[in-house]
Amino acid sequence: MKSDAVLRRIVAPLLLLVLAWLVVEPVALVALDAVRSGGEWTLAAVRAFVAEPNEWRAALNSLWLALASVVLAGVLGVSLGLLTRLTDFPGRRIVSALLALPAVLPPLVGVVAFLFLYGESGIFARAVMASTGADTPPWRFEGAGAVVLIHATTMYVYSYLLVRGALATFDPALLEAATALGAGRWRALRTVILPLLRPAIGNGALLTALSSLASFSAPYVFGGGFRVLPTEIVSTRLNGDISIAMVETLALVALSLVALLLASRLGGAATRGAGKGLAPAPRRTRSRRSRVAIGAAMWGVTLWLLLPHVTLLVVSFVRQGAWTTTALPTAWTAGNYLTLITDPVRWRPFGTSLWMASTAAAAAGLLALAVGVTARDPGRPLSRWLEGGLALPWAVPGTVYAIALATMFSVLQPAAGRFVLIGTLWLLPLAYLIRSLPVIGRPVVAAIRGLDPALDEAAASLGAGPWRAFGTVTLPLLAPVLAGAVALAFVMGLGDFMTSIILYTYDTRPVSLEILGAIRQGELGVAAAYGVVLTVLSTGAFLAAERSRRFA
Amino acid sequence: MSTVRLAGLAKRFDTTAVVSDVSLEIAEGELVALLGPSGSGKTTLLRLIAGFEPVDSGRVLLDGDDVTNRPALERRCGMVFQHYALFPHLSVGENVGYGLANERLPRPALDARVAEVLAMVDLKGFESRAVTALSGGQQQRVALARALAPRPRVLLLDEPLSNLDPSLRERTRGELRDLVRRTGITTVLVTHEQEEAFDLADRIALLHRGRLEQVGAPELLYDEPATPFVAGFVGRTSSLRGRVVARDGDLTRVQAGGGVWPARAALDVTGDVLLLIRPEATRFATDGSIAGTVLRRRFAGATAFFSVRLAGGAEIEVAAAPAAAREGDAVRLEPTGVGAHAWAADGIAGGAS
Repeated sequence: MKSDAVLRRIVAPLLLLVLAWLVVEPVALVALDAVRSGGEWTLAAVRAFVAEPNEWRAALNSLWLALASVVLAGVLGVSLGLLTRLTDFPGRRIVSALLALPAVLPPLVGVVAFLFLYGESGIFARAVMASTGADTPPWRFEGAGAVVLIHATTMYVYSYLLVRGALATFDPALLEAATALGAGRWRALRTVILPLLRPAIGNGALLTALSSLASFSAPYVFGGGFRVLPTEIVSTRLNGDISIAMVETLALVALSLVALLLASRLGGAATRGAGKGLAPAPRRTRSRRSRVAIGAAMWGVTLWLLLPHVTLLVVSFVRQGAWTTTALPTAWTAGNYLTLITDPVRWRPFGTSLWMASTAAAAAGLLALAVGVTARDPGRPLSRWLEGGLALPWAVPGTVYAIALATMFSVLQPAAGRFVLIGTLWLLPLAYLIRSLPVIGRPVVAAIRGLDPALDEAAASLGAGPWRAFGTVTLPLLAPVLAGAVALAFVMGLGDFMTSIILYTYDTRPVSLEILGAIRQGELGVAAAYGVVLTVLSTGAFLAAERSRRFA
Repeated sequence: MSTVRLAGLAKRFDTTAVVSDVSLEIAEGELVALLGPSGSGKTTLLRLIAGFEPVDSGRVLLDGDDVTNRPALERRCGMVFQHYALFPHLSVGENVGYGLANERLPRPALDARVAEVLAMVDLKGFESRAVTALSGGQQQRVALARALAPRPRVLLLDEPLSNLDPSLRERTRGELRDLVRRTGITTVLVTHEQEEAFDLADRIALLHRGRLEQVGAPELLYDEPATPFVAGFVGRTSSLRGRVVARDGDLTRVQAGGGVWPARAALDVTGDVLLLIRPEATRFATDGSIAGTVLRRRFAGATAFFSVRLAGGAEIEVAAAPAAAREGDAVRLEPTGVGAHAWAADGIAGGAS
C-alpha cells in the first residue's frame, strides 16, 4: 500500500478514534450526567438549574464579564498594536517587547500580582492609608470591576500580538494607495487598516471571550459576591450537587460555542492583497513635540500594565511579616527564594509541574504532528473531522474539561475507553495535553499545509522514502513552528490553575496550587517568589523556542 | 494635466545614495519612462515624486507648484503600484470610488464617475465584483481606473505590467498606451524592460546607480547613446578593445578584432578605445574584410543572432537571417556603417557588453 493510502485508510481513522476518546467522549459523558441520575433519564437537574435565579445570574455575569473584557482588552490591545507598529517614538522597540510580557505570566501569578498591587493590603491601598492616616483600607478590590480590570490588563495581549502579527504582513502599498488617493491618517485607518485587520481583531476578541468565559483565577480570588459559571461549577461540585454542576458545565460550553460562532461570523476570512508582505514602516511623527507626547503616553501605559509584574518581583524579596503598614516594604531578603531552593517539599512542585507540562506538551506536539500530516489535504472529510477534534477543546473551558475527565476516568470500562486514572499521576498531564491541543494543532496543521508539496516530490525524485523525506525535509522546515507551539503548550501546562485545582493529587500538586497555599498561609513573599520563578521558566521556554526558530 | 519638474533630487538610505542629483523636466501630457536595472533608483525616484519618501535635497514641482514638503495625499498623483495594492475588502466600484471621497460628490455623480472610468478601462459593469475574483489583467485595469478616477495631475506607474504573463502584457501594454494617449495625462512609468519603455514612452530617462545617464527619445538612446552604459543597457551590444586609426567625417574608424569599424565617437576620442557594436552593425558578406567562425546561433524568429569568434579571440554578435550561417562555419564579415560606438578606453571601468 502506498504511504498516502496508509495515512488515509489506517492512520486517519485511528487518529480520529484517539481524538474522539480524548476530546469528545469526556464532554459527552458530562452531557449525559446532566440528564441521567441513578440510571434513569431525568431533567431534574436542568429544571433545578433553570429555576434557580443564582444560576441565571452566574450565567449572565459570565456573559457580561466576557463582553466587557472583549471590549476593554480589545480597545487596549488593538490601540497598542497599532501605535507600536505605525508610529515612531523614543524606545518603541523596547515598549513593543515589554507589552508582550503578560503572555508569559501564568494566570494565577497575574492574579496574585494584582492582589499585591491593588488588593486591600496591596501597595496602592497602603499608600493611600499612609498618606491619609486612615486605619482601614480605602477600598475592597473585588467584584465585577476588579475582575474586568484584571482581564483587560492581562488579556489585551491577545489582540495586541494578533494585530501586530497582522500588521507585520500588511502590504504597505495599500496604505500608500489610500494616501495617494487623498485619504488622511484617520480615513486610512478607518477604511483600510481596520477593515483588513478584522480577522486579527476578531480572533483577538474570540480568544479574550473564551479566556474570559473560562477564567477561574480572577473571579475565584477577586470575585467576592460576583459569581460566574466556572466558580459556580467548582462550588456546586464541592457541595456534592454533581448533576447541577454538569448542567452548569453544559451552560458554560454553550456560551463558549455561541462566542465561537459569533466570532466566526464577525471575524470573516483573512483578506490579503497580493503585496510583498512587508510591514509598513513606522510613520515618523513630524513634530518633535508629538513624538515625545506619544512616547510619554506609551511608556506610561506600558509601565502601568507592567506594574503587577514589578510588584510581584518586589514582594518576592520581602521578609515574612516585615511588611505590615507601610506602603512599600522596608525589610528585604532573598530568603523566600532560598526557602524554595533548600526546602525539598517546597521545591517539589516545580519538578512536578515541569515533568507534567513537558510530557503533555511533547505528547500534544506528536499528536498534532500526526494529525497535521494525515489531514494535509483540507478537502477530505476526515481531515475536517480531525481538525475539528483538535480545535474542540478551545471552545470548552478548562474547568469543564477537568470535571469531564474526572467523570470519565473514575470508572473502569475498558470497552468504552474508561479507566481509573483519578488519583494517579496521569490524569493531570492528560488534561494539560487535551487543553493544549488547539494552540499546538492550529499552527502545526497550517504550517504543514503551507509546505510546498513539490518539496516532497523533489525528495522522492532524489530517492528518499517517505520517512526520510519527513525526517530530512518536512520536520526541519516545521521545526520553528513546532518549537513555538510546543513552548506555548508547555507554558500553559506549567502555569495551569483551573484544571489543576480540580484534578490534583498529593503527588501531582503543581506550582499554582502551591502559590494558593502560600497565600492562604500568609506567606506572601514565598508566593511571589514562586510566581517569579514560574514566570522566568515560562519566559525561558519562549526564548528557547525563539532561539530554535532563529537557528532554523 | 501638469508638468513635472525635478530639480537636483537626492535620496540616501543609511549610507547608500539611491538617487543622486536628478534633474528632469516632463512636459504636459508627456509619457516619460524611468528605465534602469534593478537598484538603479527608479522606483525611489517615483516615490519621491509621489511623496512617499521625503527628499534629502532638491525639489519636486508639479505645474510649477513646489510640492517637495507636501504630504502625498495633497499632491494629487495617481499611482498604479507594482502589485496593484487594490483594497481586497472593497468591491471594484468601491476601490475606484475611493479617491473621490474628498470631492464629496452626490451618490449619482460618484457612481457616474466610477462607471465612466471603468468604461475607459473596458470594465463596464464590474462595479460590484470582488477585486480578489478578478484576473491579473483585470486587477491591473482596476488599479489604473482607481488612479485615474480623481483626475490626478500626474499618473505614476510602478512597473504596472510586470505581474502579467507575456501575452497579456503585450496586449495590456497596447491598451495602456491608448488610454494614456486618450486621456493626455502626464505620466511617469517605471520599468526595467526596454521594450516596454520603447513602446510606451515619448522619452526615456535612463538611470544608473541613482544618476541620470541619458534622457531622450527611445531612438536617441539607441542610436546615440551618451555613455557605454546606455549603449550596453539599451539594445544588444558586443564589446571590443580597439584603436582609433582615422576620422572620416562624422565617423571614427576603429581597428579592432581583425577589422576596421566605422563608429560614432566624440571628436576628441583618439588612441585606445572601447568599441561597442550592435548586432546590426555587422553583416555576413562573402567578400567581407573580417574573418571569423560561428560559435553559436540563437534563433529568434525572423532573425537569428550569431556569436562569431574573430581573429585574436574576441567575440561579436551578428544579426542575420536564420539560414545565413551554421554553427562551425568559417565566415567573412563586413561592417554596415551603423550601430558601432567608441569611447576612450581611459577611465572606463568594466565596460559594457
